[in-house]
Amino acid sequence: MSDSPLVSDAPLDVEHHDRPELRHHFAAVDQQRNAASLGMWWFLGTEIMFFGGMFCAYLIYRRWYFPEFAVASRSLDLKVGTFNTVVLICSSLTVAMSVRAAQLGQRKLQVKMLLLTLLFGLSFLGIKTYEWGKKYEEHHIPTFDYNVIGGEGDLIKGNEELLGITTEVKNDPVKLRAREAEIQQHTKIFYSLYFALTGMHAIHMIIGVGIFIVITWMAHKGRFTPEYHTPLEIAGLYWHFVDIVWIYLFPLLYLIDRRPGA
Amino acid sequence: MSEETHHIVSAKLYWLIWFILIVCTVLTAWIATVDLGKFNTVVALSIATFKASVVVLIFMHVKYTSEKMTKAILMAAIFWLLILLVLSLTDYSSRTEGMLLPAASDVSARLA
Amino acid sequence: MATLAVSEERKNYLNAEYGIRSWLFTTDHKRIALLYLLSITAFFFIGGFAALLIRLELLTPAGDLLTADAYNKAFTMHGQVMVFFFLIPSIPAVLGNFLIPMMIGAKDLAFPRINLISWYIYIIAGILYIHCLVTGGVDTGWTFYPTFSTEFSNTKVIEAGLAIFISGFSSILTGLNFVVTVHRMRAPGMTWSRLPLFVWSHYATSIIMLLGTPVIAITLVLVVLERALNLGIFDPTRGGDPVLFQHLFWFYSHPAVYIMILPSMAVISEIVPCFSRKRVFGYSFVAISSIAIAAIGFVVWAHHMFVAGISLYSALVFSFLSFLVAVPSAVKVFNWTATMYKGSVSFSTPMLYAFGFIGLFTIGGLTGLFLATLGVDVHVHDTYFVIAHFHYVMVGGAVMGYLGGMHFWWPKISGKMYPEGWGRLAALIVFIGFNLTFFPQFILGYLGMPRRYWQYPPEYQVLNVLSTAGATILAVGYLLPMVYLLWSLRYGKPADDNPWKATGLEWTTSSPPPTFNFDETPVVTQEAYDYENMPLPEEVTLER
Repeated sequence: MSDSPLVSDAPLDVEHHDRPELRHHFAAVDQQRNAASLGMWWFLGTEIMFFGGMFCAYLIYRRWYFPEFAVASRSLDLKVGTFNTVVLICSSLTVAMSVRAAQLGQRKLQVKMLLLTLLFGLSFLGIKTYEWGKKYEEHHIPTFDYNVIGGEGDLIKGNEELLGITTEVKNDPVKLRAREAEIQQHTKIFYSLYFALTGMHAIHMIIGVGIFIVITWMAHKGRFTPEYHTPLEIAGLYWHFVDIVWIYLFPLLYLIDRRPGA
Repeated sequence: MSEETHHIVSAKLYWLIWFILIVCTVLTAWIATVDLGKFNTVVALSIATFKASVVVLIFMHVKYTSEKMTKAILMAAIFWLLILLVLSLTDYSSRTEGMLLPAASDVSARLA
Repeated sequence: MATLAVSEERKNYLNAEYGIRSWLFTTDHKRIALLYLLSITAFFFIGGFAALLIRLELLTPAGDLLTADAYNKAFTMHGQVMVFFFLIPSIPAVLGNFLIPMMIGAKDLAFPRINLISWYIYIIAGILYIHCLVTGGVDTGWTFYPTFSTEFSNTKVIEAGLAIFISGFSSILTGLNFVVTVHRMRAPGMTWSRLPLFVWSHYATSIIMLLGTPVIAITLVLVVLERALNLGIFDPTRGGDPVLFQHLFWFYSHPAVYIMILPSMAVISEIVPCFSRKRVFGYSFVAISSIAIAAIGFVVWAHHMFVAGISLYSALVFSFLSFLVAVPSAVKVFNWTATMYKGSVSFSTPMLYAFGFIGLFTIGGLTGLFLATLGVDVHVHDTYFVIAHFHYVMVGGAVMGYLGGMHFWWPKISGKMYPEGWGRLAALIVFIGFNLTFFPQFILGYLGMPRRYWQYPPEYQVLNVLSTAGATILAVGYLLPMVYLLWSLRYGKPADDNPWKATGLEWTTSSPPPTFNFDETPVVTQEAYDYENMPLPEEVTLER
């Protein structure tokens, strides 16, 4: 056994004995950490494809129905969306800081940063809930009394030119009805994708919050040291990824066409 | 193999990246209100890609890892997503919105 | 020398611990492989029962056994069970799980607990699907096409969709485990170019599982949302595009067929050199061809959609790419054949299955080229020609590889030899039954019989009767191994460590292996198929 070259320099038994976190099928702690990291990166790769499917649907319909998508996008609150993006970025900072604190053996700072992360994460979810609430009031949630023609959620007024409602169309009731029906349908596709995308993102955030509650508890218990903080590291990778998904969702959903007028 | 534990990113750099991300966020929201024609989308996605890259490289430590697999996995996943998007577009960009252009099966019917 | 009852003497993974808890909470990759074996076999019976209903109905031109709706459910459930709950897990989750750690000299997979979780996820998905089956079933065809699936079907589409969605995670986690294991758990000296081709193929399979499965996952989510909330994103009367669903669905489901065939090719790559006593011809080409199949397999999906309404131009692109994907498969077939050339070939049961695979996969693969040809596809799309094509590759290919592999590694897994005479007989019956079942279907399809039809014009009856007769014979061929393999557990001759005198680290362990595979980490110095330096096996005779 001693003449077979293993990954680490420490003799196998000693390392297993000294490092209780080292599982039996791994030869060295480095190998285990590296495997965990690789596993999480692959998982994030699958998540890219998972969200990617919805991005594909979004891309196709945005090309088809650009005016309706633009108009529906404008109904999202730009200030609130921007603020929420900032919140999420802050949470990525605090996650990175908590990993750093673990690398430096600073238990109290770890926990503080993790609690801040949770705070930012929950704030994001809270603000999202507020935004969805607004959409509900405006009848922009498909299935729930969906309506964009007239009423609180009217999207036509002020956007006639963008939507192709020329005076000719306005004066012809048949053409107007037809165009309005199309606008109703095509904006509904935008909102369907909006809720699917942000909903799936929110589910990932909720899972992330759950994971980080556990991680925070573990940090509080002193389970993370400069030599071993793998769970924190890989949880951090997941959190950053969820942030990156939002970094793309924000321009794709909120910034389709914010030019004043048309 | 223990690259991560040996390189500890400075807190200052983290704050700097945070600041850059905030600035970019405000920037992208503001630029969207400026009329750049077709380039609005390009600019918005470029800023998003820049932000994502910065998160990946610094916050997720990809800049400091000697682990080639990490970068390979990332490249592979992005490339695969592009396969889905681009090849689907070869279909959609060669037929008009929602209308049923002559599809492959119709061509032979029309030629018959 | 080795006439001792090895499995009783030494501690191995089977007798290390007893009791149901030691199985349900195991993290030993070999035990998990057996848990999967039981589960997928159960699903094979369910899918097989659905096939029985189909073939019985098709004995006569009239729709007399089942109602039209019931028939729709039968072929839907046959497809979904066989694809998602049998074929996709089969070889990776059973043979892959069992063998990969041993083949690379490791004690277990990289993530043993995730391995167990992946089985539980599969079981949960399976139970949900069975619940769906017994409370009404689903009738959309295994492909779930909208707008029938999203609006007009009155069956349990949401439940079936969710079950398959969940099963996808089992697949993803298995793939994840394999990839990380191959990268990080290889023993000293086990370089990439010394890996058994079984491992290369499973690596390629895992890449597909990781990059493809998430897309069908999200697609099923969209279908469920569409149906539950009446959204309209796939409804052309409401501005949606049903073809978009098909793009997203086939983006996964085409590579999925490579998930089903690559592991089978993995098995063949192990069996052929062993029973030719010769190293694999063109090892690097075979290794790279697995990666090439995985890669090219991702860019051909719309060949399932030539007549669905895609543009002619994109159809041309996909047709061309589909021709390309045949090339690496052909490379494998040539190389296996060249391996046998001037080798010392013996006709053991595993080798018979390998022969069957090579011949039937070739036919299936070539007919795939017919289908990739636009002009031909317009004629035979949605006919029995397609059904014959994919059964040739899936059953004549994948399932035969699976059976060959089960026989080849049975001594290692169970510590017992199966009865060779019965093995060969069953292989022959399977081959005959298979061809009688599916060759007539090529002709039926060419003559115009559509698929998914429960009644047909009388002129198709003779071929249908032949097909059903074949299916009966095939069923016998499948039942036989189940009987004699179980029999061998009790009464089979105890197996040596390496009864076939095969190369590969798994054969250096005892039969059955100990829980942690190796007492000492092996150090590898040889290339993978060093048959020149292996002794010949005892003659493979019928007396065994």
